[in-house]
Amino acid sequence: MVPTNYYVILSAILFGLGVFAFIFKRNLITIFMSIELMLNAVNLAFVAFSQAFGRLDGQVFVLFVIVVAAAEAAVGLGIIILIARNRQTLNVERVDLLKL
Amino acid sequence: MPAHPILEYLWIIPLLPLLGSAINGLLGAKWPNRIVNIAAIGSTGLSFLCALEAVREFFDSGQVLFRKEFFAWITAGNFRAGFDLQMDQLTVVMVLVVTGVGWLIHIYATGYMAHEGGYYRFFSYLNLFMFFMLILVLAANYVLLFVGWEGVGLSSYLLIGFYFLKKSAADAGKKAFIVNRIGDFGFMLGMFFLFRTFGTLDFQTLFAKAGLWPAEAMGQFGTFTIACLLLFMGATGKSAQLPLYVWLPDAMEGPTPVSALIHAATMVTAGVYVVARSHILFTYAPTAMLVVAIVGCATAFFAATIGLVQTDIKRVLAYSTVSQLGYMFLACGVGAFGAGIFHLMTHAFFKALLFLAAGSVIHAIGGEQDMTKMGGLSKKIRWTYGTMLVATLAIAGAPGFSGFFSKDAILVAVAGKYWLYGFGLLSALLTSFYMFRLIFLTFFGKPRYDEHKVHAHESPRSMFIPLVILALLSIVGGWLAAPEFWGHANYFEDFLNPVFASPTQSVKTIPVDTAPRVGKFLFAFGEAMGRASMEILWTYAAIAVGTALIGFLIAYWLYIRQPRKADDLAKSLRPAYTTLLNKYYVDELYAAVVVRPLVWLSTNVLWKAADVAGIDGTVNGIAHGAAAIGDGVRHSQSGNTRSYAVWVVVGAIVLLAIIFFWPSGAKTPVGLVR
Repeated sequence: MVPTNYYVILSAILFGLGVFAFIFKRNLITIFMSIELMLNAVNLAFVAFSQAFGRLDGQVFVLFVIVVAAAEAAVGLGIIILIARNRQTLNVERVDLLKL
Repeated sequence: MPAHPILEYLWIIPLLPLLGSAINGLLGAKWPNRIVNIAAIGSTGLSFLCALEAVREFFDSGQVLFRKEFFAWITAGNFRAGFDLQMDQLTVVMVLVVTGVGWLIHIYATGYMAHEGGYYRFFSYLNLFMFFMLILVLAANYVLLFVGWEGVGLSSYLLIGFYFLKKSAADAGKKAFIVNRIGDFGFMLGMFFLFRTFGTLDFQTLFAKAGLWPAEAMGQFGTFTIACLLLFMGATGKSAQLPLYVWLPDAMEGPTPVSALIHAATMVTAGVYVVARSHILFTYAPTAMLVVAIVGCATAFFAATIGLVQTDIKRVLAYSTVSQLGYMFLACGVGAFGAGIFHLMTHAFFKALLFLAAGSVIHAIGGEQDMTKMGGLSKKIRWTYGTMLVATLAIAGAPGFSGFFSKDAILVAVAGKYWLYGFGLLSALLTSFYMFRLIFLTFFGKPRYDEHKVHAHESPRSMFIPLVILALLSIVGGWLAAPEFWGHANYFEDFLNPVFASPTQSVKTIPVDTAPRVGKFLFAFGEAMGRASMEILWTYAAIAVGTALIGFLIAYWLYIRQPRKADDLAKSLRPAYTTLLNKYYVDELYAAVVVRPLVWLSTNVLWKAADVAGIDGTVNGIAHGAAAIGDGVRHSQSGNTRSYAVWVVVGAIVLLAIIFFWPSGAKTPVGLVR
């Protein structure tokens, strides 16, 4: 049996990577993927705690997160495609219409 | 149909002028004068007819106090102020004077104002004044009376400042309004005090309760004294008595019909009316009565002396009005309320006439008001001259004219008090002098105006017909009192007797032991009159006439026989002359003592410190602060997507840090759950 610690540490590392990529990557697709990474890191923590405490609440939440993430992916990808079509680029630095 | 339709619908009397005012004020701007005339004169004329009918019905119903509550205006706890109107003998006199004289002056004004701009505005204000004045005299409680009281002040302000482009007129309007406010302040305090004491401001109940008041409260400086002095303070403001008379002479900036209607015949008598209306309270307050008498007497004398040397024809009349109002208060102060109201009525006739005639003179010679630039007009404007002479004889107290009877009634009433009588008599002499001085300067001697430029002409019919009617009234108005001289009753005072002799129409409820107090002054007066045989009455009359004759002779000597003597006299008495000419420097004194410190305080403390620095500073400071913060924080909204990402992460870290590192047991901010 793998100790819960390991799961949590792995989850934290994945989440950290996600945050890091979210801030420093320029490609929209990559940023999008980093958000997915963070969500799944959280899912991992949920499942680990669910097992550790022997309660199902965590797993229920994971299902919710997956559903919401799927919806978000659909909308998000739609936006990304529009941006790619209109601006011929996926670089967030260039998506700057709101800039002062 | 009720038995007494107009009495039952008494509100129609004040409502008609209000309608006229609204019609002209809202729609009259584009109308020709003819249509404005119909609305203005029609409404006031109808109101006069209604008043006549109401008075007939009042007599028909046996002259009992008629009182009706039309609707409740303010109800709060046990306080009730209703739109209640009443009709009694005192109201009869006032209503007839206000509507009758008011109507005549309206007619006169159609001629006088014919070539002025703002014609509709003028009549709208004038009708508004009539409305408020009628509310004032018909009101059955102090609150409604105060509505009229303030309303006439407002109309007076509007009309004094009618030529508002002229700075002096605008200033005079403000002065009148502000000086009146000082008096009104006292009046309001008086009302509050009365309400605290009696729990009501309704005339009928209040006076009935006052009659039942324990005798201890009626001492030298009791409850009644305070209430009466406060009410009297309001009266000094509205009726231009010392020390608040200063606004009335300046009020002559308004058009002449306004001076006649508001500042001579009706509004300024409101103070006398209030004192007479509250006579029950005043008879309980001997100290207050004494104050009223002294102030009245002092004003009568003081204003008369100023009137001696003024050269502006309207200002002479203005000071004369102040002086005559002093007479009325003098009468009220010694308990002769009937005589005071009698003088109020006769004064309304002859002073309105004097002003209108003066307006006619001014009209005739093209707007000149300085008497030193008139002269020799008696041949040119005969009607004006004749009617003005009648009014002058009336005010001077020539036998047979109305002023003779009313002034005589007052002088007889104060005869027992030597100082008051002496000064009253002296004022009568001065009155006679300055009035004949006015006549001689205006109508006699050689013309001192440029005859080639100015062609003196008689005024149109609409102007001199009211003059003739008022002249007739100035003669016959006094004969109501005449039978006294043949050993009969004074009809006018007899008529008012139910109001003044039996306080509170419910005199029976007053316990026997306090009954003598009720009419202490009245009874004393009555006894004196009873003892006074016909000879004494005739003697007093003769003294008064003799005094007036002396005044006339001095004026005749100084201005007809020896025209140069007047100037010589002025030169030899230079200090006295200049003091009088400058009205005792009272305006300057008030400016130095009251106005300038107040202006300084307002400018430096209230305006620059409190308003600009304090209030504006706070408001603007908050706005500037918000702008500065916004300017600083604005840069966080860079539009750079990745910087937003950083903010999200930083925010999440801060929240986590709070959750983990907040001291245990303490409440976390923003309700975070641990």
